[in-house]
Amino acid sequence: MRLQYLKGVTDLTLDRDLCNGCRMCINVCPHNVFGIEKKRAVLIDKDACMACGACKLNCPVNAINVSSGVGCAYAVYFSALTRKPHFSVR
Amino acid sequence: MRERSSRVVKNSPAVGSASAAGGHTVAASSRGRSAARRSRGWISGIIHTAAGDIPMVKTRLSFLDRWGAVKVRCGAGRAGYRVAPGLYAAGYPGRDAPVFVSANYKLSFDKLRAGLNGLDAWILVLDTKGINVWCAAGKGAFGTDELVARLEATQLKKVVRHKKIILPQLGAIGVSAHAVREACGFRVAYGPVRAEDIKKYFADGYKKSPAMRTINFGLKDRMILAPLELVHALPLALIILGIMAVLHLLRFHTLDVGLALEYLPLAGALVAGTLLFPALLPYLPFRSFALKGTLLGLVWAVGSSFFPAFTLFTLIAHVLLLTPLTAFFALNFTGSSTFTSLAGVKVEVKTVIPLFAGSIIAGTAIMILSYFGALGGI
Repeated sequence: MRLQYLKGVTDLTLDRDLCNGCRMCINVCPHNVFGIEKKRAVLIDKDACMACGACKLNCPVNAINVSSGVGCAYAVYFSALTRKPHFSVR
Repeated sequence: MRERSSRVVKNSPAVGSASAAGGHTVAASSRGRSAARRSRGWISGIIHTAAGDIPMVKTRLSFLDRWGAVKVRCGAGRAGYRVAPGLYAAGYPGRDAPVFVSANYKLSFDKLRAGLNGLDAWILVLDTKGINVWCAAGKGAFGTDELVARLEATQLKKVVRHKKIILPQLGAIGVSAHAVREACGFRVAYGPVRAEDIKKYFADGYKKSPAMRTINFGLKDRMILAPLELVHALPLALIILGIMAVLHLLRFHTLDVGLALEYLPLAGALVAGTLLFPALLPYLPFRSFALKGTLLGLVWAVGSSFFPAFTLFTLIAHVLLLTPLTAFFALNFTGSSTFTSLAGVKVEVKTVIPLFAGSIIAGTAIMILSYFGALGGI
């Protein structure tokens, strides 16, 4: 059974005009969010994104953007209590 | 393969494999072996290379390795469960052998060396402060800077004559492959998510099937994480027990079996939220963890209000107290899950935590009032 989280919360974007078709995003995405269409990457399952940021970090042409972080309630409590983005990455 | 400088130690059990070591001298003298075994049971010898002596590791896990894994899964000794960062050898790797990168959490390291059983490979362990690959990558410790620094510190370029390093796929969350190449020339390949797929990945000529790059979260994956959820929830459960004990003492002037009976519904909520929730995760309706947990908590709150005898008061108190408590533990499982996003968890926390708090305050208020007879005969 496939596990799915909340719909429509990720801010993942892909600029297909910048894409060079290297397939790195497909290679690093653990939830098969990306596919290839006409030799360029395309978002095929955006709601499966957990915003880990691997695609953004490994895209050599900066075609991908996403506010990445760790989807963990403890991290959210911690950053709310200390006002520090403790677990967020970059 | 063999370099001019190669020198094989005569009494080494590895003599037959020296050519596989492709230029590195394998020394596994009996003295060195036993000393290594005393200090760390998983080191089997030493390989001399141009970059210094490199420990050879066993690729079969011992009882102690497995016992250590059980302990850390239950929360015991996690902070110190580390291996020293640096280079290690699995099998008898030579100058053309593949290089696999791992974290210095021993559980991660053990998974990798077990996955390399039967292969000749180098292992490069990064300093991730004893944190696993995925979590360390998420926080940047398993990252581009550490990888580049560790490649330099270990002088890997003197040990192998190729420029390819294989990272676990989840390491991509902290490492930028093109940035590593620019910084030091090494080419990063992202291998399978799970170390147990490495042999297949290797046999298929470093090709990943879609299954190898997808994270699963099956029953076994979920339940292995559940004991730690329970351990993390225990302090809160004990604080509540303490408060209940004080109230019980004030009312009955004694601590007896009655307190244990009063605590049972709460203990049940703890078990439901931390153990039952992970087991039932895919079968509970809704996508939100808080809603899934609320449903599970409601079922327990209503069900437990029939023991020992149903009263309206018990039902109201249980629904107000046990539902949010169960759902809170369930919401915390987002940190262990493999598919929740920060944005989604933020939405959940902001929406439900005030509601949970309100419900618990209301429930506590009526419990305290009833304790002292203020609610009459409900």
